[in-house]
Amino acid sequence: MAKYVVKRIILAIASVFIICAITFFAMNAIPGGPFNKEKAASAAVQAVLEERFHLNEPVGKQFFIYMGNLLHGDFGVSMKTGRDIWKTISESFAVSAHIGLMAMAIALVIGLVLGSIAALWRNKFPDRIIVFMATLATAVPSFVLASLLLLIFCIRLKLIPVWSTYNPNYVLPVISLSLYPMAYITRLTKTSMLDVLGQDYVRTARAKGVSWINVIFKHALRNALIPVITYVGPMTASILTGSLVIETIFTIGGLGSKFVDSISNRDYPMIMGTTIFLAVLMVGINLISDLIYKLVDPRIKFE
Amino acid sequence: MDMPKKNILSSQLDLSKFVKATDEEKRQADVMSESTTFFKDGMRKLMKNPLAVGSIVVLALILVLITIVPLFVPYSYEQILSVNGVRDTGAKNLAPFAYSQMEQAYIAQGGKVFPHIMGTDELCRDYFIRVIYGTRVSLFVGLFASIVVLVIGVLYGAISGYAGGRVDLIMMRIVDIIYSLPDLLVIILLSVVFRETMDFSKIPFLSSMGTNMVSLFLVFGLLYWVGMARLVRAEILSIKENEYVLAARSIGAKPGHIIKTHILPNCISVIIIATALQIPSAIFTESFLSFLGLGVALPMPSLGSLANTARQGLQSNSLKLVFPAVMICLVVLAFNLLGDGLRDAFDPKLRK
Repeated sequence: MAKYVVKRIILAIASVFIICAITFFAMNAIPGGPFNKEKAASAAVQAVLEERFHLNEPVGKQFFIYMGNLLHGDFGVSMKTGRDIWKTISESFAVSAHIGLMAMAIALVIGLVLGSIAALWRNKFPDRIIVFMATLATAVPSFVLASLLLLIFCIRLKLIPVWSTYNPNYVLPVISLSLYPMAYITRLTKTSMLDVLGQDYVRTARAKGVSWINVIFKHALRNALIPVITYVGPMTASILTGSLVIETIFTIGGLGSKFVDSISNRDYPMIMGTTIFLAVLMVGINLISDLIYKLVDPRIKFE
Repeated sequence: MDMPKKNILSSQLDLSKFVKATDEEKRQADVMSESTTFFKDGMRKLMKNPLAVGSIVVLALILVLITIVPLFVPYSYEQILSVNGVRDTGAKNLAPFAYSQMEQAYIAQGGKVFPHIMGTDELCRDYFIRVIYGTRVSLFVGLFASIVVLVIGVLYGAISGYAGGRVDLIMMRIVDIIYSLPDLLVIILLSVVFRETMDFSKIPFLSSMGTNMVSLFLVFGLLYWVGMARLVRAEILSIKENEYVLAARSIGAKPGHIIKTHILPNCISVIIIATALQIPSAIFTESFLSFLGLGVALPMPSLGSLANTARQGLQSNSLKLVFPAVMICLVVLAFNLLGDGLRDAFDPKLRK
């Protein structure tokens, strides 16, 4: 167990380091420094600025300085707005996290319920409907879904107000973010539930007279939940990347839309900071969900 | 059928009760079924799966559509509409099957104008042909990206699995690390960088695709092969323990030859299934990147970029979003169902 944990942690650190390296050297490869603007500063000012941001050092040394700053939570300043990037990230991430966590919770709860229903009514009408909807939901790109929802509910029917900072309405963004993971969890729960329902201990429980409700909740569902834990990591990734488009469509000022803005503005320090932040988040959650998975299921052998 | 009353305990057979079997009856009793190959058996199973057959039909229809339609629609995807050589400025955002004023006047004079089946877009271009070309581009991206993944993944997995030992360990650690990178983030990052730094305009074939498209394939080649490599390696690890591989090695066959003729044909079904499921994911990724403005270069359309452009005029003409959106869903759904069908039919682990 300890060996496995150490291995996974080393792997996570390695991938975070590689992401930092890729982002740093990739952004350095792009021609034009942060101070080459239309209004050229005088040579003296340029030199002072380069001195201050260590741009006159060799690239290798710059990388170490950047990494050192990162470890102190210093992501640099935005080229467009001049604001501290860490401040922007932490402020906008609060909005994204709010929506993302709601989407996750909804995807988990509804996905588990639908998946269990599909497994319990296998090959009957509810199962068919649920599987059909889940297959359909995985084929719709989130930006298409979000645009259509916006069109139907906000513009045509005027049922739901368009997002504004003062009057946030979470319904549509959360629905469009949670649909794909929900469909995936439904399918996952169905297969693992079917697997568990065929096990001997479920039959034994039934045979000794435990009621169906108790069998489903105490024996079947608890064990069927285990594979779902491994999906929490990929689900975070899917929701975070999904938030890039969803927040742009609904004009929510979260981290996703800031990232997209920075891409179209070519604000390289901002792109770097956001990529590294999101990557660390995804790798971290993946690590935690993997470790929990191994912890809760004693049947799993360690390599 | 009444038994003749003889001795009850007699076990003597009454020969008159037996008739010689005809040839046809003999054949019926034959337990041997017609000999079949792995491929034939899989295809038979696939053809019994209505969803898989349906998706094959849908994909075939789409393929026919995107090859035939450009032959008889007299517009091209980048052509701004004109009547009699005069630019038609009124043909902006037409509804499906509608004609602009200039075209109506031309028709009244006896001229013929090909109908705009899906209307026109905001730059006076025929939308139907743009959707058709967009489907072409998206399918091409999906297929080509899957081929890139296939080649790199199979090569890497085969070498790693066959070599084993320390080589395998190191190669698989590399795979582990790439696997744990958040793929879409890295794709966005690399697309941004390649767009800024790479210049493919000098290279003849690549220049026609545009920088974004090439960087898309580069990124797929760099990141997405790891799943395939893991799959192939796992297959090969089990296959290479078989006696026929040992036999081939003992008569002095070279590793490359053994991999090519003995090992890869045995994991071909797994490879095909993974490739079929890779196509929709590539199309998805391409449309996602197009949405962020990192997809194919303008004026070339892809389904993702069409949907993205349509978003801006959503209020006035929502059909512009619906057409490419339906197309993406159809293609992705068909490939997903086909991939599932292939897995059910060909995956040896699911066979009973």
